[in-house]
Amino acid sequence: MAEEMRIVLRNYGKIDPLKIDDYIAQGGYKSLEKASSMDKEALIEEVKKSNLRGRGGAGFNCGQKWSFAYRANADEKYVVCNADEGEPGTYKDRLIMENDPHTLIEGMAICAYAIGAAKGFIYLRGEYPQLIDILNTAIGQAKEKAVLKGFDIEVRSGAGAYVCGEETALIESIEGKRGEPRFKPPYPPSEGLWMKPTIVNNVETFASIPVIIEKGAEWYAGIGVPSYPGTKVFTLTGDVNNKTFFEVPTNTTIREIVYQFGGGIPGGKKFKAVQIGGTSGAFIPDSLLNTPVAFDNMSAIGATLGSGAVFVLDETRDIVDVTTRIAKFFEHESCGKCAPCREGTARMHELMELVNSGQGSLKDIELMQKLGNVMSIACLCGLGQAAPAPILTTIKHFGTDYNAKLM
Amino acid sequence: MVNLTIDGIKVSVPEGSTILQAAKEVGIKIPTLCHHPDQAVKANCRVCVCEVEGNRLLAAACAQPVMEGMVVKTRTPKVIEARKTILELILSHHPQDCLNCIRNGNCELQDLANEYFIRDNPFTLKVRGLKKDYSTPSLFRDPDKCVLCRRCIEACTVVQSVNALGLENRGVLSMVVPTMGGDLMDSACVMCGQCIHACPVGAIGEVEEIDKLLAAIADPDKVVVTQIAPAVRVAIGEEVGMKTGDMPMDVFVAGLRQVGFDYVLHTNFTADLTILEEGNELLQRLKEGGTLPMFTSCSPGWINFCETFYPDLLDNLSTCKSPQQMFGPLVKTYWADKMGIDPAKIYSVSIMPCTAKKFEAARPEMNASGYRDVDLVLTTREIGRLFRMSGLDFDKLAGTNFDSWMGAYTGAAVIFGASGGVMEAALRTVYEVVTGKTLEDVNFEVTRGITGIKEAEVDLDGTLVKVAIANGLSNARKLMDQVRAGESPYHFIEIMACPGGCIGGGGQPITKANAKRVERIDSIYVEDEKCAIRKSHENPEVKTLYDEFLHEPLGHKSHELLHTHYQAKNKKYL
Repeated sequence: MAEEMRIVLRNYGKIDPLKIDDYIAQGGYKSLEKASSMDKEALIEEVKKSNLRGRGGAGFNCGQKWSFAYRANADEKYVVCNADEGEPGTYKDRLIMENDPHTLIEGMAICAYAIGAAKGFIYLRGEYPQLIDILNTAIGQAKEKAVLKGFDIEVRSGAGAYVCGEETALIESIEGKRGEPRFKPPYPPSEGLWMKPTIVNNVETFASIPVIIEKGAEWYAGIGVPSYPGTKVFTLTGDVNNKTFFEVPTNTTIREIVYQFGGGIPGGKKFKAVQIGGTSGAFIPDSLLNTPVAFDNMSAIGATLGSGAVFVLDETRDIVDVTTRIAKFFEHESCGKCAPCREGTARMHELMELVNSGQGSLKDIELMQKLGNVMSIACLCGLGQAAPAPILTTIKHFGTDYNAKLM
Repeated sequence: MVNLTIDGIKVSVPEGSTILQAAKEVGIKIPTLCHHPDQAVKANCRVCVCEVEGNRLLAAACAQPVMEGMVVKTRTPKVIEARKTILELILSHHPQDCLNCIRNGNCELQDLANEYFIRDNPFTLKVRGLKKDYSTPSLFRDPDKCVLCRRCIEACTVVQSVNALGLENRGVLSMVVPTMGGDLMDSACVMCGQCIHACPVGAIGEVEEIDKLLAAIADPDKVVVTQIAPAVRVAIGEEVGMKTGDMPMDVFVAGLRQVGFDYVLHTNFTADLTILEEGNELLQRLKEGGTLPMFTSCSPGWINFCETFYPDLLDNLSTCKSPQQMFGPLVKTYWADKMGIDPAKIYSVSIMPCTAKKFEAARPEMNASGYRDVDLVLTTREIGRLFRMSGLDFDKLAGTNFDSWMGAYTGAAVIFGASGGVMEAALRTVYEVVTGKTLEDVNFEVTRGITGIKEAEVDLDGTLVKVAIANGLSNARKLMDQVRAGESPYHFIEIMACPGGCIGGGGQPITKANAKRVERIDSIYVEDEKCAIRKSHENPEVKTLYDEFLHEPLGHKSHELLHTHYQAKNKKYL
């Protein structure tokens, strides 16, 4: 029986988020104190050893990322928190910021000390205006208490573009430019915000840092699956009884998430599919539900962990129709910079509409497969690379649903 | 050096090189569309994708730096499928209009479609049906053809600092648009046409007016007279399959006669004249405490730029009209009189390396002769089309001379075509006028070359004159900001809107790389060297013009016909 384990949500419901003293009473800012007394390289080594991997979706080793920015020579460096939580069905970052903003601030401050940055930004999803005050209040309190030791954080609001969750598009947006990804390399730890070394980490990643420093890398590395240790917050939506959130160790299986934490499918209906990681996630059939929710395990089944959104469909759902809507979403959210994504997302939507309306043929499905394969390896950024996944995985696992709609 | 393998071939290239550069070293051509040799890496078309061993994702060869031990494959089935699919996607959103397109036969997308033998595109053709923009007399835009490579935007913003072009909307609705999505005419566009050279397809081009010429030639009541700008000859050969600079001037003249021009004269004649007027204007300003530094005024893109962005510095502009616009009124007065031709019958056509010249000729003040001074401006490219239509074999065509009275020129006029040429020509004359001595070496090497900003100090027998030369408007902007701040050390500044000067003008044969501009510049100085006379004030026909008609530089007649005034442009959007 899997159990919930709260690391990033450890203070959820226990403290008044607008009172820094509540956070301090729970041991808050002690990790920053401890980190600042450590040698920077030793600190980064500790984060590396914890094997904490980015919770934004790419799963890169956090300490390793920090070490690149630490080693980079520059007059200025930046710490950026990616709080552009734009994946439909995902609200884990909001939970953290709303209920425990100081844990994010502390995590960012530890990173700032480690890499030698004096300035940070929280890039906040445009649809979270209510969080601006909470974050600014918390930052103000931390400055007043002088716990940040000269590190300054500014909150920047996005304008609603999904692509700005991609770290380089986010950086462009902070710089006041059109929200579009840059080609990589160079990666942000060497040339990021204003071409200075920059660490961009997700809210959940930063929120894990204070606990790792407090309890040690070994402790953290021992939780969940060794290749992707720690916990992950999941937010459940769709045809599931408990439409809520959980923080669980990464060795928890998808089946446990859906049936145990999610309480199964309402109305005695049967399970059809689950999409994990947000709109660009793969649709997973029943046969793969015993997969642990860890990065590499998910990759092995052609899926991603992504943001931790869990979207469940019951047997009555028209999965081709759902996928058509997703295709429309990506046509709308493609930034238009690279040709295969700009044109490809529009064509995918066109072809899905054709098939969904009963006017498609096998040729259209084959064309989508070819196009999807090309997009997934040739697009400039993660958006275009991941956009075909829902289509490719539903064709693969639910081919009969497609065939039933063909002319 | 970094060692890698591309398609099984070992290659060693400097650190920081891209796969594209490394592949070129070993003769492997990787296809590109958004890549431009003189611009920043864009990596947005994805046509150059390659496989790198060990990577799931394909790498964009234009952007991917090489790494030690890298194993690259540029033509695996995966790569070819990706490239073909991407081309199919782009082409299915592009008008299938090649036969009617201004870039037919000279289009990077057409070439790629051919190289990758795109036949049955699986995607249905969806052309957006956007409005074409014919708002300016110089340039048109056909946004349906745009492939969103963004090279025009870089030319307009980074190279020219005009910022008339930008992006609007998102995703498949993305468009390159003039400022605020309006017409080009309402934007800050200076009509330099550098965007045309940047465009890989036919989304931007010059407003074509060959039909007007053909109608004039067909009209028995019209006497069709032409002038050829200094930068045209070195490039026109490129339009008819010759190497840069290889078209002899007399053969070019013969070709123009063949296609129906009644008289062939030369803008070089008024380039020499410009030196006398402008040189004396400079000396007058120096002597009488006039506004300094004085700016040259030959480049209409630059004039538009100054009127748009630096209206407070219009007094610094020389009042001299450009050589084209000096030529215009003289042909319909002085020359008509000499030839005994009714000026009302003269149809005056100029052949220019420039798109902004079309706008300049249409300025309402350019009618000093009592008629529109220059009736039609054709670009080098348009003349190229005319030549190709005519079927002329330039290898077999016997050369002919220019017609009299406005056809003679010196080497000083020839070099007007290259950045620094006006300055050098002016110095050759001003030196002799001021010092009364003969200039032993007429070559002012320091003024030459494609470098963005050049400066020099010239000793005119004790008087030190500081000069600067800029080509490309972002370089001009640097000098202008200095002047505006009151910190400019110069007396005289030459500015050409286009990189490299007129040889790189917006009307020249499509110029994908600055290397081509450099070739043309070299060819200009070779021509200068060949001229028997290399100082403007020694041009015999210019002497006759002053003796018989103008009487003196800056005199009454000159002011009436050869000088102009400028007006601030109150552009809707800046």
